[in-house]
Amino acid sequence: MNSLYYQKRLSRNIGDKLFTSLSVICALIAVLPLIFLVTYILIKGGSQITPELFTLEPNPPGDDLDAGGINPALIGTLIITSIASIIAIPVGVGGGIYLAEYSKGGAFSRFIRFGVNVLAGVPSIIAGVFIYALIVSTKILFGSMYSGLAGGMALSILMLPTVIKTTDEGLKLVPNELRYASLGVGASMYTTILKVTLPSAFRSIATGVVLGIARAAGETAPLIFTALFSYYYITGFGDLFYEMGSLAVLIYNFALEPYDAQNKLAWAASFILVLSILLVNIFSRILAAFSEKTKRV
Amino acid sequence: MEEKLTLFKNRKRFGIEKNIDIIFKNTALVLSSFVAIILLGIILVVFFKSFESFSRYGLMFLVTSEWNPVKDEYGAFTAIYGTLVTSFLSLLITIPLGIGTAIFITEDFIPKVFREIIGSFVELLAAIPSVVLGLWAIFVMEPFLRAFFVFLYNFFGWIPLFSTEPTGRNSLLAILILVVMLLPIVTSIARDSLNQVPKKLRNAAYGIGASRWKTIFSVILPAALSGIMAGVLLALGRAMGETMAVTMIIGNSNAFSWSLLSPGYTISSMLANQFGEADGSQVSSLFYAAFVLMILSLVVNIFAQWLVKKFSLKY
Repeated sequence: MNSLYYQKRLSRNIGDKLFTSLSVICALIAVLPLIFLVTYILIKGGSQITPELFTLEPNPPGDDLDAGGINPALIGTLIITSIASIIAIPVGVGGGIYLAEYSKGGAFSRFIRFGVNVLAGVPSIIAGVFIYALIVSTKILFGSMYSGLAGGMALSILMLPTVIKTTDEGLKLVPNELRYASLGVGASMYTTILKVTLPSAFRSIATGVVLGIARAAGETAPLIFTALFSYYYITGFGDLFYEMGSLAVLIYNFALEPYDAQNKLAWAASFILVLSILLVNIFSRILAAFSEKTKRV
Repeated sequence: MEEKLTLFKNRKRFGIEKNIDIIFKNTALVLSSFVAIILLGIILVVFFKSFESFSRYGLMFLVTSEWNPVKDEYGAFTAIYGTLVTSFLSLLITIPLGIGTAIFITEDFIPKVFREIIGSFVELLAAIPSVVLGLWAIFVMEPFLRAFFVFLYNFFGWIPLFSTEPTGRNSLLAILILVVMLLPIVTSIARDSLNQVPKKLRNAAYGIGASRWKTIFSVILPAALSGIMAGVLLALGRAMGETMAVTMIIGNSNAFSWSLLSPGYTISSMLANQFGEADGSQVSSLFYAAFVLMILSLVVNIFAQWLVKKFSLKY
């Protein structure tokens, strides 16, 4: 027998076959339930979509068949995530600029980078507990307790590490020649950063930030005791200082209601939340792939 | 970037421009220190708020399971036990599955296009909010698995872990939904560290006649081990702090039981359940529990970072 031929019966070849099939099974177990989950949400939630869903207030839970819509929660999610972005983006981008452009790898910047990683690992509910202690229980914001503003602040703590990290890493990818060129023609450091390095890293920073926002929009734990929930339309600026509904908290509250109508509303809200998060993710992925191709010009 | 900065310092500039530059730099410095301020703020605030409860119960809080707002008696043992058991057991199931999947999508079993599709699918699934997973767990997973749980009770009821009759929500469901949440994390991190193993190592192993799986087990996995370990630890931290899906499915009961088929509690589900309507010394006890959770996840996270620093870039 020629030993250079592939021999099926060899124990190493049998072992290889065995492990290959094991890893296929692992991949199937990993992917199938998740695909099943997404299609279930999209089908079950998608079938609940009606025009009224976007315009009505949810009815208070009860035995009635008509649950109303999710308008306040939809607007509330937009408002709360906007507040979080307004706080987290400037702070995060500024911090990222410091880390990438100014720091020289000393103790301070190493500590901040370490802190960013630690903060990213802090459970989201702890961010809620922190804001509860700082703002909700002290009524420091014009005497109001649970408010949309407090909810936005809690979410901003969760977004901050993502924004700093993407800015830091995006700026580090900008070639140093660009900086030398700009400084060489006499630009100062801040013009170099604002006019040269930030614009050339803009796309990768924006991608990371948008993904961070999408993630924050689905966060629930910090909101259930900072923004709480509201059944009523958001009518004006003053509503920021009162309880505010959000899609995520609506799903949580209505999933636990014993009434079918409310449960359906929760499915509809999940459909909208999951669909928008998936779309943002796919869009940013396409954008990233596109920018990778154009970068080599 | 040292070189660039000295260049920049020696240059003569107008006063205003120089000032703007200095202000810009210092603003960036202050903004970056916000991270440290917030982190320290969280630790200090949670610690001081829990002080009342800490001075009253001391470390007994960690080992007693009485939680009675009426009698003002608090102990978080059930929640701490639940947190540890759900996170460790879910990790135990996730590790082989996640690493197996990662190997499947980094080795060339199937064409590259399909591997990339599966990889990005796994990453997309990590973006699904946990509250939605909780909703799915309540309405789809629980009814689907009920028969299986009854089977476990009937045949393995003599094991303390399965010794209660399953009724609706329980700890085992929480463990399974955590597996679904952790799989994308473990898989994508394991995939990244497997991808970073240099091609040379693999070719060298094939060159001396090692079979595919011999190469994977004796060369590639050991080379990627530190990254995988760090990913597993990050997933452990996530599992400990994970709130919504667990709260919705674990049953939220403070009655202690060894059995996984009985309703349980985790620290985060306790916080989610009680914070909104707590008052008096219950609030302080909840802060104490939050402090315990924070310390647990900080330790895990810092250990993960240390591991990455210590063992990365070996090759």
